[in-house]
Formats: sequence, C-alpha cells, structure tokens
Amino acid sequence: MLDDTEGYVTEDGRKIGGVVMEMKNITLRFGGVVAIKDISFDIREGEIRAIIGPNGAGKSSMLNVISGFYHPQEGEVWYKGKKRPGMRPYQVAQQGIARTFQNIALFEGMSVLDNVMTGRIRQMSTGMFAQALWKGKAEQEEVENRETVEKVIDFLEIQHIRKTPVGRLPYGLKKRVELARALAAEPSILLLDEPMAGMNVEEKEDMSRFILDVNDEFGTTIALIEHDMGVVMDLSDRVVVMDYGKKIGDGSPDEVRSNQAVIDAYLGVQHD
Amino acid sequence: MAQSSQATGGLSSIPALLQRNAERYGSKDAYREKEFGIWQTWTWAQAEKEIEALALGFLNLGVAEGDFVAISGRNRPHFYWAMVAAQSVGAVPVPVYQDSGAEEMAYVLGHCGARFMVAEDQEQVDKVIDVQDQLHQLEHVIYIDPRGMRKYDHHKLHQFTHIQEQGRAAREEFLPDLKARREKLDYDDTCVMLYTSGTTGKPKGVVLSNRNIIESAKNACEFDRLNSSDEVLAYLPMAWVGDFIFSIGQAYWTGFCVNCPESPETMITDLREIGPTYYFSPPRVFETQLTSVMIRMEDASRFKQWLFHRFMAHAKKVGGRILDGKPVGLMDRLTYALGDVLIYGPLKDTLGFGRVRVGYTAGEAIGPEIFEFYRSLGINLKQLYGQTEASVFITVQPDGEVRADTVGVPAPDVEIRIDETGEIYYRSPGVFVEYYRNPESTAKTKDEEGWVATGDAGFFEEGTGHLRIIDRAKDVGKMADGSLFAPKYVENKLKFYPDILEAVLFGNGRDHCVAFINIDLSAIGNWAERNNIAYASYQELAGHPKVLASIQDHVEEVNRSVAEDPMLSGCQVHRFLVLHKELDADDGEMTRTRKVRRAVVAEKFNDLVEALYDGSTEVSTETEVTYEDGRKGSIKATLELCDAKVVPVNTQKVAAE
Repeated sequence: MLDDTEGYVTEDGRKIGGVVMEMKNITLRFGGVVAIKDISFDIREGEIRAIIGPNGAGKSSMLNVISGFYHPQEGEVWYKGKKRPGMRPYQVAQQGIARTFQNIALFEGMSVLDNVMTGRIRQMSTGMFAQALWKGKAEQEEVENRETVEKVIDFLEIQHIRKTPVGRLPYGLKKRVELARALAAEPSILLLDEPMAGMNVEEKEDMSRFILDVNDEFGTTIALIEHDMGVVMDLSDRVVVMDYGKKIGDGSPDEVRSNQAVIDAYLGVQHD
Repeated sequence: MAQSSQATGGLSSIPALLQRNAERYGSKDAYREKEFGIWQTWTWAQAEKEIEALALGFLNLGVAEGDFVAISGRNRPHFYWAMVAAQSVGAVPVPVYQDSGAEEMAYVLGHCGARFMVAEDQEQVDKVIDVQDQLHQLEHVIYIDPRGMRKYDHHKLHQFTHIQEQGRAAREEFLPDLKARREKLDYDDTCVMLYTSGTTGKPKGVVLSNRNIIESAKNACEFDRLNSSDEVLAYLPMAWVGDFIFSIGQAYWTGFCVNCPESPETMITDLREIGPTYYFSPPRVFETQLTSVMIRMEDASRFKQWLFHRFMAHAKKVGGRILDGKPVGLMDRLTYALGDVLIYGPLKDTLGFGRVRVGYTAGEAIGPEIFEFYRSLGINLKQLYGQTEASVFITVQPDGEVRADTVGVPAPDVEIRIDETGEIYYRSPGVFVEYYRNPESTAKTKDEEGWVATGDAGFFEEGTGHLRIIDRAKDVGKMADGSLFAPKYVENKLKFYPDILEAVLFGNGRDHCVAFINIDLSAIGNWAERNNIAYASYQELAGHPKVLASIQDHVEEVNRSVAEDPMLSGCQVHRFLVLHKELDADDGEMTRTRKVRRAVVAEKFNDLVEALYDGSTEVSTETEVTYEDGRKGSIKATLELCDAKVVPVNTQKVAAE
C-alpha cells in the first residue's frame, strides 16, 4: 500500500500527491436496506479516481456520501487530514468539493452564462440587496466572478451558447454546461456522476478530453462514477469496484481488469 | 516600376505600411478580438510593438531571409502579426488551411520547405507531429494556445508569447538587423505565398509580390472609397487570397480595423456586435443567413408575418432602385422609409449588416433572389470576379451598376480579353509572379506578355460592357447531338433553392443530362420538424419520398427555365438522384473553398451515374467516407432514381442545316 503522504508518478508523467480524502469503513443504510457496507478507500491529490460497478451497486450513494448529501450510519470521512464532522452539502461545497449530477440539474430557463455564474455563489460575500443595487463591492465582485466564468466558458468551448437558454440545448451540451458550473467554483475535488451517460461516441470523446484537460490544466482531483468500462479504463489512474454495496476491487485499471471478482460481477458467474 | 512605387509614396512593403500606420494612426484601433466575452483591442501603435517583438523573436530563433513561415489557425490578430513579422525579417508567410488533414498539410509544408510554423493549438501541432518524419526541413513550431501542451517536448516547440518575450529581451542586439532587413524590402520581393486548392490536381503555391498586393489593395480601396474609419470582420480562411487582401492588404493600406470573432461558431453574433462597414462573403453565408431569417419568421406571430411579407414585397419593388439612385415615386419612397423603420432597419441590424457601406460576394454565383433580397433591404451588396493569381480583382461592379447576372466591369488597371474559344484572359499589376517550383504550370497559365488564362468562359455584354461568366472553360462541353453542355449554369439554378445545397450535372458527350443532388440539412430538417416527419440520419432524410417529391418539383421548374434558353435547352435534367452523403472536402469531393471537384465525383460515384443512364429505378451502393480525424469508414445505401419531366425542345436543326 502506498504511503499516506507520498505520492507517485503516473506513466504519462503526472505527479500524484498524497491522500486528500479518505473514506473509512463507511456503512450507509436506508431503513433495512444496506446501500453501502463497510467500504474504505482513498482519493489522492491530482488523480482521476473512478468508482464503477453494476446497476444498484451503491455508486451514486457513495458519491452522495462524499458530497455530504447522505450521512453514513457508520464510518468516517477524512478530508485533508481531518475527520469531517456531519456537514450539510453547501458546507461541503464550501470546502472546495463541486459535483455534477447524473440527471442534469440546471436552471432550464436561465442562460448558460447565468447557470455557470451560479457556480460562483460561494465566492460572493455581498448580500442580496447590495447585488440588486449593483454598487461598489457588489459590482467589483461580479466583474471578478465573470472573469473566472469566462475562462471556464473558453476552456470548455461553449462561447457560442453563452447567451442561449439551457432548455434549448441538446443533451450533450447540457452536460458540458453542468461541468462548467462545477468548474466555475474552482474546486479542489470534482465529483462527476456518470458524465458520459446517454452520450454518443463523439460526445463521449469530447467529454473525456475535457476531463483529462481539467485534471491536467488545473490539477483538479477528479472522482467519477461511470458505466462505460472503456471510458473508465482509459481515463482513470485508480478504480474502485463496487457490487451490492461492497467493495470487490481497488487498484489500477489493469489490476481491476484482471480481478476475478470484478469479472464475475460484470459478466456473471456460471452456476453448475 | 519606379513610377508605381512612387504612386504608393515609397511604401513598398507591408512592414513599411505598418510603420506609417503606427505613426499616422497610432492611437486608432487596428485589431480587435473577442476573448473571454470581451472585445480586446490593439491600436496601430500597440500592434506595431507586438509585431516588432515577434520579429525580433524570429531573428533570435534564426529565421533567415527567404525562409518560409507556415501559418495555420483560425483568424486571430496573432496570426496576422506573425505574417507581418515574417515579412519584416525577410521571410515569406505561407498561410495554410487549418482544417486540412495531416497529409495535405505535409504536402504543402514539404513543397515550400517551411522551416518554421506558427500554429494555433494542440490540434494543429498534433497534425504536424503526425507527419514530422516527412518534414525534415521543419525546425521550429510556435503555438499560441498553451492548453494541453505542457507534456510536449519543448526543444522545437515554443509558445508565441515566449518568442515575443525573448524578442523584447534581445531588442538591443537584434534591432539593427531587423531594421536593415525591413528597409531592404522592395516592390519585387515576395509578399506572401498562397496555395490554391484547385479543382484538379495537387495544390499550387502562388507567389504574390509586394507590388501585386499593394497595387491591388490600393486600387480596390480607391474604387470603393474605403478609409481608416472602416471596420471589417475577418472570418474567412486565412489561407484564402481574399482574406489576405482585405485583412492585410487593404487594412494596411487604409489603416482600417480588423475584427476577429471569438470562435467560428460565434461568428454571426460577433458580426452583429461589430457591425462592419465593409463586408465580404461567399454566397453560402448569405444563403445561410437568409434561410435562418425565413425559418425564424415562420415562428413569428401572424401580424408580424403579415407586416414582414407586406414590406418585403414593397422592398423588392423599389429597394434596389432606390439603392441604385434611380427615380422612384414619392409615395413609394415614403412607404420604403416607413418599412425601413419597422422592418428593414431592425432586420439589417439583426443580420449584422446595419452599417455595411460596401459588401461583396464572390467565389461562386449567387442566386438572384438572394442577391435581390439583400439589396432590397438597402445593403450595397455587389459582385466581383477574381482569382488568387490576380490578387483577387479581375472585374467588379461599380456602385449603381449592380446586377445578379454579371460580375461587373474590369477592375482599375486590369485589361481583359476573350479568345476565340470564349476563355477569359487578363493582365494587371496584381498578376502573380509564378507558381512556386512549378515553371511548367506557370508557363501554361501566364504568357510572356503577362496575360493570364482564367480557365473560365464568358463574354462581354453588349451595351453595358459588363462581363458575364458562363462556366469553367474545361467543364463546357458538347452533348451527343452537338448542343452546348454548360453544367454550372444548370447547377446554379438548382442551388438557388434553399433546400438544395449542391448539385452536380453530367451529360458531356451523352444524349441527355442527369444530376446528383445534395439536400440542405438545415432547411430540410426544419421542414421535416414542421411536418412531423421523423428521421434518424441524413441518409434517411435524403431518401424520404416527400423530400424526393419536392426536389423533383424544383428540378422540373429548372427544366422549364433552362428550356427557355435556346443555346442551353439541351441541358435539361432527365433523371436525378439525391445523394446519401454530403459532398465533403475531407473526402476530396470538394476543394477547401467548397467547389465541387467534378472529375472526382464522377469517378467515385461512377456506379450511380451509370445507373442513371441505364434506366434502373433503384441502385445500391457503398461509399467510403473520411472522418474529420482522418479515419475512414463506409456507408451503404439504396438510392431511388427519379425521372423528371422535360420540356420538349423545339430543335431548329432542319432550318440550321
């Protein structure tokens, strides 16, 4: 096992840092249903970490635990070397963890620009009234935030839809707008819930490119859930595999691929 | 020669014009580019500093006089600076089409032996890396956008801003050398080399001298009275001669401002924000904009639609006449003025043409209806006829003498003659020096006296002296019965329908004509949506019976109109099919400037042509397609072959014999 503080260097020369987030023996129950059962894994700084598993394996629940939406009955979440107390999702967001959703959660009637601007809300300190009057600090703040947002828009190449209402966009672009909103928060950890679900091959390629570029350009740590095995294996540095709420594998894509438990979970086991 | 140099005040190179502009228009805007949602501006004085820094950086990198510096990317101020910086150190800029594949790029870079290249981003750099083993002479690549480039080996790769920084740091050391090289430039030095896409064969490098560019730009500026307060939007490919003349030649001659869009997709929005006063576009852009206006009008309320059609009908009646300064009754003028407030003004503003003083369309024939639409709004849209080899201008339409079916009178200083076969020849100060490393083609195109063959057939109209183009000279042929075959004439008529994107006519040496049709996906897609017609792919839509029926109507209408021309009535379309794929430059079926390569299409789809002639009603085919990244695939389709009604031609053979 790797040391907590030391990192490693990937094949393509990226430096991965120490552990930034650690899940320790997490168990999550909904009444009598056990969604996650005693799972532990860590996320290192600057890596792309994937969580995979068949339908109903508990992947999204896991992501919701990380983002503070669910509170596990047992286990601890450690973030940047400290145990995290029970937090509301907005508090988690304030710690620099941003996410996207499996079934897009954007403001349909608002323009792309306004949607992405909402990603900056936790960076705004002026109140509602000051912003309505748009004088002094509020104005200056908006200008600064807009600059950050414009850089994200440029980065994700969505300039042409800047003023378009989100409701009029095709699915693939909406996904990109959601990523833009998450990026606008300048997160240190980015959680992506099935970023490629429902996309065609070309859109998937674009999205993969953007995920790699985000990681490379800003050094953002990325944790993603994905169904598409091909995508996961190409993108990620390390993969956690879940099945029926349990962890059945953890390691590099190659290790996971040759793990018998993983193969059984995905392809099924033959019964005599 | 000394005379013409004096006429331009001793300003015999683009860098010399830059020095003058920095002095004369120092605080005036020279370049704008939208970046991060805001228009960033550089004045002429600032642009001069940027270019100087880059030129010094080039010297630092070892750019020698006579070297070729390839430029590949979309329209950005940095690339225009790179071209002028290259000229400043005595090198020759070679802009290439940024969307060309790696192999095409390898050919061009290899042919001119470029030692340096300025590329936009990772995509362009990757393309060069793909073919680097074919390019031994390429030494350094400079890129503008550093995104994703960190992991690359930077021995031969440099960031644009770093080159400029190094240039600034070494200013003291290299400035005397830069000045010396700049001052050495004269009228006969090469200004730029542009590769023509060519409808046949490999691209040829057209060498244009400072004289060619500056004289042509000067003449055209005077012709249209352009001045330093004009604005243009630079969005056409930088490798195309038109963009070089407008965004460098004319911009440097008059000192007007060049605006670069944020990205190709935002061009229409940016066009509206800038509101250029001088505008240039191939017909395709005008067609697209008109189609989008019409589509959006269909969504407008009843009253608005009524108002729109009512006033557009009036504009059609008098708009063009008012623009040409012809007499128009007072009532008509008042109605037009009202329409201008209610419809024309807002519409022009939406289109981004609110301030256009001079607009040109060229490259292809424009549909008379489209042309009239824009003119009736009060937009001074004109046609010109030009070529890379002529530094663009051969003929232009003067204000007040604008028509859809001619291309105007000879441009200033241009002489034109038409030989006995009908081919057009011209001679002008803009005539190119040579095709680079291709004396054979040079000799074939340009004779000792400087006359250049255009390859187009045409004639001067009696009375007006306007030139009319019939077709490419080599495309004009004879049908089996000896009557004239001029495919372009019929194809253009077909293409003027908004739902037909492209048409290719066959019939040379045959007894009747057949045609391939490409549908326009945006127009037909919209129509399908309105009529609740579901479709999964281009191919499915192209084969839809209702689409075929409407195309058939168009073809028959064209046949009726073709039949009226006694010379060309033999060119009526007897049978046609709607192609299952769009003709594409990546597949070599079109040039990068989107002109159909007739021979390639005929060969590639030979089975379809034969099927059209042998009378079958259906044909199955498999076609190879190339994707944007160079991978290949194939599509299979079964196409329906349609018969079109033709108007019986009343041949007067008996009388003629």
